[in-house]
Parts: sequence; C-alpha cells; structure tokens
Amino acid sequence: MIRDITLGQYYPTDSVLHRLDPRVKLCGTMVYVISLFLFQSFTGYIVATVFLVSMIALSHVPVKFMFRGLKAIIFILIFTGILNAFLTPGRELVSFWKITITIEGVRLAAFLVLRIIYLIIGSSIMTLTTTPSNLTDGLEKSLGWLKIFRIPVHEIAMMMSIALTFIPVLVEETDRIIKAQQARGADFESGNIIRRAKAMIPILVPLFVSAFRRANDLAVAMEARCYHGGDGRTKMRPLKYAARDYIAYLVLLGYLAAIIAVGIIF
Amino acid sequence: MSLINANKVSFEYVRRDKNGEVEGFKRAVDDVDLDIRQGDFIAVLGPNGSGKSTLAKHFNSLLHPTEGVVYIDGWDTKDADKLWDIRKAVGMVFQNPENQMIGTIVEEDVAFAPENIGVEPEEIRQRVKESLVMVEMYDKRKSSPSRLSGGQKQRVAIAGVLAMHPECIVLDEPTAMLDPEGRSEVIRAVRALNDVENITIILITHNMEEAIYADCIYVMKDGHIAMQGTPREIFSRAKELEECRLALPQAARLAYELRRAGLDIPEGILTREELCRVLCR
Repeated sequence: MIRDITLGQYYPTDSVLHRLDPRVKLCGTMVYVISLFLFQSFTGYIVATVFLVSMIALSHVPVKFMFRGLKAIIFILIFTGILNAFLTPGRELVSFWKITITIEGVRLAAFLVLRIIYLIIGSSIMTLTTTPSNLTDGLEKSLGWLKIFRIPVHEIAMMMSIALTFIPVLVEETDRIIKAQQARGADFESGNIIRRAKAMIPILVPLFVSAFRRANDLAVAMEARCYHGGDGRTKMRPLKYAARDYIAYLVLLGYLAAIIAVGIIF
Repeated sequence: MSLINANKVSFEYVRRDKNGEVEGFKRAVDDVDLDIRQGDFIAVLGPNGSGKSTLAKHFNSLLHPTEGVVYIDGWDTKDADKLWDIRKAVGMVFQNPENQMIGTIVEEDVAFAPENIGVEPEEIRQRVKESLVMVEMYDKRKSSPSRLSGGQKQRVAIAGVLAMHPECIVLDEPTAMLDPEGRSEVIRAVRALNDVENITIILITHNMEEAIYADCIYVMKDGHIAMQGTPREIFSRAKELEECRLALPQAARLAYELRRAGLDIPEGILTREELCRVLCR
C-alpha cells in the first residue's frame, strides 16, 4: 500500500519536451509562472491557454496525469473561488439573505481559479517530462552562479539526488517496520486522530535510527569512492545545449513578448 | 614490490560512557603484519568482532593506524597528499548493497567514482560500459537500483569500484546479506576479476566456502592474525580453526570427520569434487 506513493512524478515516454535540456524547462516554467501575473484581460488568458495546450500536446503525456496534481488543491480552489465571488464589491448579480454575488466577483473568481490551475499544470509539465536526476543536474548548473555568495550549490543538488535515491529504500523500510510492529500487536487503525498519531511513534523512532545508520554507511561508501565535494568533478553526461534548446528559448521569448504586449494593449 | 604492506599495525577505539567521558580503549587491530602482492587473491576470515573489517578500512585510508604503518604502493596511508591516489588504487565494496548506491539509475551509480576523480566524460562512458560488462550487468544499465536483486546490486557496487581502475578491491563481507544465488554470482564475478584482469582481491568473509578459492588465507582472532597459509594448509588445521570459532567448509569437514572415524582419506581436501574423487577410488 505504502509503496504506491510516487514522488517526482516522471512520466517516461519520448517527446521533444523530454529531450529538452532541464535548464530550458526550469527557465520556461519560471517564465510561465511569472507571465500568469502580467495580465488581467481575457485576451491574456487566451494566449496563456494556447501556450499551455500546445505544451501539453508536445509532451505526449496523457492529459489525466496533468490533472492529477490538481486533486490535492481542490479545496483551495473552491475556497478561493467562493470567497472572491462573495466578497468583491460591484454590480449585483444574485442576492439572497445577506450574501450578494457580483458580476465582478464571478469574473475575478473564475480568473483566479484558472490562474492557479495553470500554475499547477505548468509546473507539473516540467516534473512529468524531466527525470529527478536530470532536474537536480539542471538546478546545479543553472544556479551555479550562487557560489559567489558561498551557497554550496553542488552539495545541495547532491543532497537532493541522494534523497530521491533513498525514498524507495526508506519507504520499504517503513513498510517493514509497520509489519514488524503489527506482528507484535501494534494497532495503527483504530482510535481517534491523536491516538493514531501516537501509534506512529514506534514506527518513527526505528525509522530515524536506521536512516542515520544508512546515512553513515553511505558517507563512508562515498568517501571510499573518492567523493570530495564538487571541486574538480566531471560529469558522465554534461549538460550541453543543442539546437532545439535554443529554439525553445526563442519560443519562450516570443511567448513572453506576446504576454507583455497583451498586458500593455488590453 | 608489494601492493599493500602493513607493518605492526594496531588500531584502538576510544570507548566512551553515557556522558561522553573516556572509559577506556579497545584494541580492534593488534600488531598485524601483512604483505600483499599485485594479483593475489586474499581471504581474511574471522568471527564477528575479530577486527577484520577495521583492518580492511585501513587499506584505503578510511582509518589510520594508532601504531604502525600501512603502505599502499609505497605510499603511507597517513599522507594526506596521497589520499585520493590511495583510494583510487584500493577500491572498497561494503556489506549492505543498498547503502552504497548513489545514483538513481545503475549507469549513474557506476559513473560516480570516475566523476569524482575528474575523468573526461567520453572516457567515463567507456569505463562505465567496460565495468558493467565485466560484472555482466550491462543489459541492466538503465534500471533503477531498487529494482535489482541483492546479488545484482552488489555486482553494480563492484562495477562502481572497477570504474576507478583500481589495482586492488577490498570486499568487506559482500555476501553477508545475500541469498545463496546472489552469493555465488558475486563470488564468480570476483574470481573472474582476479583471473582475467589480474586485480588484487581482498575478500573479508565468514563464509568458509568462499575462501577456498583464495591464494592465501589470513585468520583473525581478537585483532591479531592467528593463522596464515594456503586454503589447504588452513583447512587441515581443523582444531585451531575451531578455537577461532570458525567451521570448516562442508566438504573439508566431511573429509575430516571421515578420517577421524578411521577412513583412509588424505589431508587437504577442500571441494566436493575432490572428496568425490577420493571416495570413489
């Protein structure tokens, strides 16, 4: 049961987006997220929608995977929508009891909800088309300039990728501990929330102990394989821009220009 | 010239009580002399707590001796300037295959060591391919390590060390957590490396069957070397082995018991085949 949890929800298939350099995708996601806040008009939404739909088409990832990420925030969506619809002053649309829904409120609510949905889908396109290790590589390389401020970029990227490697290992371990505790009569299913939370303690303590032991083993193994930080390190597959990456940057620039133009004109 | 030379090596752990006060010292390795030549296949045997893993960690400068010196290729392991040369020359494979995987896919994991020592990308790809072919894991190069069996993981770990092009590989109980099939996969790979590539192997184990193939066996007890010799010599000294809390390999044990029962069986039998031949005379 616990093994069904997937993190870094990569969808393995072959598409232009999958082959793009992770740095392009990181930059693209950033630009898209920012662009969503640069306009207010209906035309702006058309441009953003066209861009998003064409990216989904290019990614060859089934659409239902895109919407999976929305499930988690469905309450936030409903809540924001309702609050905005009710609390925005303006021309009256419907009125009952003490509550008035205004035309401006509905408009604002619809746009805001749409904006959040686009945000989530936009960033899940990136995680769906990029392997976790590629993503950390991209982060390491594109944030390399932070080293001037003594931020250990390589170390952070290394920690991220080790964390990703160890997720399945630790999940399996958790499963094992739960079974071992259940075999000795531990009860995780009954009682109220507080009791169930308390029942988690005998799982967490051994999990932490074993995680620390693993971390120590891994550190020794890494040292034995000559790991000494990011200095003088090479890569088996160094990130290198291909022609398609430059084209992608141009497309991105075109999109950004269009959005800014729309924001100014309308 | 000897590849690894240990001269009167001792290592002490500091024992601390609950409050972190020094309680005393524990001598894990006690006055050990070793001399290992290029191309040797060495097995180090010993019960738990006999200091064999501690000794192994001296060979690639993970630990430094409290007394005595360890030389690798003539370099003192305490020499900080030679640290990376030493670790490159002597690779190490550990007991738990899960805790030494760094990459999210097999290929990346094997590439980890050459990336660390700054090998060119082209050459890394070449080395990764060669290493994976040597341990017969090339067709799994794109798999996630979590999907592999224990024996396969351990072979990937060996490939990860091979990619450094070491002169010697120290394997610290590499088969202790594996099933019989995984165990024989790993031992087969290790023997092939010794035979074909002439890589020095130091195999630390408490499985007697694995030690049969070694050129020389060291038996450790309470931190010092209690016995030393070829497998035939060692396994004909059943009494002394028992004192070290070690049992004979299956075939050798059977031969020993049969001889004690009065059958005419020569000494120094190690494998099942040899025993069969003698019994079927």
